[in-house]
Amino acid sequence: MTATNRWRVLGSGGVLAAVLLVGACGDGEPPATAATPSVPAAAARPLAVRDMWVKTAASGMSATFGTLLNTTSADVTVVKATSTASPMMELHEVATVDGKMVMRPKDGGFTIPAGGSHELKPGGDHLMMMDIKTPVTAGTEVTITLTFADGKTMDFTALGKDFAGGNESYQPEMPDMHASPSASMGG
Amino acid sequence: MSAVSRRRLLAGGALTAGGAVARAAAVSLGRDAETPAAAAPTAHGTQTVPFHGVHQAGIDTPAQAHAAFLAFDLVAGADRAALVRLMRLLCDDAARLTQGRAALADTEPELAVLPARLTVTFGFGPGFFAAAGLDTARPRSVAPLPAFAIDRLEPRWSGGDLLIQVCADDPLTVSHTQRMLLKDTLAFARPRWTQRGFRRGRGTQDDGVTQRNVMGQLDGTRNPPLGSPEFGGAVWVDSGPSWLRGGTTLVVRRIRAEMAKWDAVDSAGKEFAVGRRLDTGAPLTGTHEQDLPDYAATNGLGLTVISETSHIARAHVDDDRQRIFRRPYNYDEPPGPDGRPDMGLIFAAYQRDVGDQFLPIQRNLAEADLMNDWITPIGSAVFAIPPGCAEGGWIGETLLS
Repeated sequence: MTATNRWRVLGSGGVLAAVLLVGACGDGEPPATAATPSVPAAAARPLAVRDMWVKTAASGMSATFGTLLNTTSADVTVVKATSTASPMMELHEVATVDGKMVMRPKDGGFTIPAGGSHELKPGGDHLMMMDIKTPVTAGTEVTITLTFADGKTMDFTALGKDFAGGNESYQPEMPDMHASPSASMGG
Repeated sequence: MSAVSRRRLLAGGALTAGGAVARAAAVSLGRDAETPAAAAPTAHGTQTVPFHGVHQAGIDTPAQAHAAFLAFDLVAGADRAALVRLMRLLCDDAARLTQGRAALADTEPELAVLPARLTVTFGFGPGFFAAAGLDTARPRSVAPLPAFAIDRLEPRWSGGDLLIQVCADDPLTVSHTQRMLLKDTLAFARPRWTQRGFRRGRGTQDDGVTQRNVMGQLDGTRNPPLGSPEFGGAVWVDSGPSWLRGGTTLVVRRIRAEMAKWDAVDSAGKEFAVGRRLDTGAPLTGTHEQDLPDYAATNGLGLTVISETSHIARAHVDDDRQRIFRRPYNYDEPPGPDGRPDMGLIFAAYQRDVGDQFLPIQRNLAEADLMNDWITPIGSAVFAIPPGCAEGGWIGETLLS
């Protein structure tokens, strides 16, 4: 049984595990062992998260990775993210443009299907931090707030990890909006 | 079943083929209720040892085939807050990797799926306490050992602020784990020394038997049995600083075997030096390995059968509380250009208190042990081994929190 399936079962059984404490030893275990949420659980929490981490960066850009799990029976769309390290974040995808891998804002945000999951990973979709205000150092816990299409929000924490990858070129939606096209996501 | 009792269960049973099956089933049961209780025999690669528990794993764990001992020097500015972040990072990695799951930001997640009884054990050297501003919490004997006349210590094998002991039955698992832990350590510390060791390959013989070292000797016959009261009384800290209760201390000595000289000795001379037979490991006064040595028995000339200066006579202690637990690994590095072997023992000894247990034995050996002609300590390091942590916790929290 895959982890995703296990979550699905648990979700349908009414064991809503809220959010996992990402920084702690042993997260990713079944919810019974990780029931301590890092933030007070909302009555209807649309997403659970697993294995969330942030590439360390002193300034400039970086990104958050991990897995978003939709424990509800309806699709959930993430439209916005902010964080304690960087108030300005974008929801990015990585695409091939003119034979080059570039990252760019994803139209319409990330939609996680009912009972499904959405992986954020280097070289794929990620939560981009545009302008790091508080340096993300190794082992730091960054709090990230997601906003959903219905206006509701949710917090979780992600662990700062030194990481060499995730250096795709950035192609802003508007050419002059945030950064030069040659910028990479930190490191 | 708790992580601790599971680990005990692992330690208690002799790891025969049948034992391995039972253990695999027990581990699966405790870890993942979806696995049928009557699990089929699993390959060694998928076997796991719980990371969480009262004690750290990798001590009362039946010794895995491969080990890497990694010592680090903390960088300037690695203060208490930084050390908390470091230990949380490393424990997050260890909790995942030991259970066959990729670390966060694992660049080779495919290598994480065969933990092969992986354990990761953390230790704090004297400099760790100083960096944290907690030198008063350091057990007094967690300090460099006093110099012994037999020592030829080299800085490149000695000291260190932080120790990570990585053990598994598979060398690629050790390699991947070492790499991931190293990456997460570099923001806080630099490698000081790395010692890689090995024992017999898993499955080569019954896991319960005493291992031989590169000199051919059975090594560890009189170790307190894993999980026994003697083991607990000798190894786990039960007094002194409260933060270390359930922890232990570790002395890592790199002991070079002078193989060229050893080769020149006949087997009777080798047995006399040790006090045991090479083939069976029996004391010279007995017939079986586990026979207790009779240090008073004399031969026709009125001399003791077991020499007073033999290794086992010098290392002997009467009181179980005074014993040390040896968990050594062999090393065998490339020979020098002259063909001289570079091999020996990574002597890892665990005890409640270095000063009360290790030092008296080491003094006895340094003073007069016939084996001193053929072994040379070239590295030495001492660490406090904090107790284990519960799920959601991290190693070192009792000291740093």
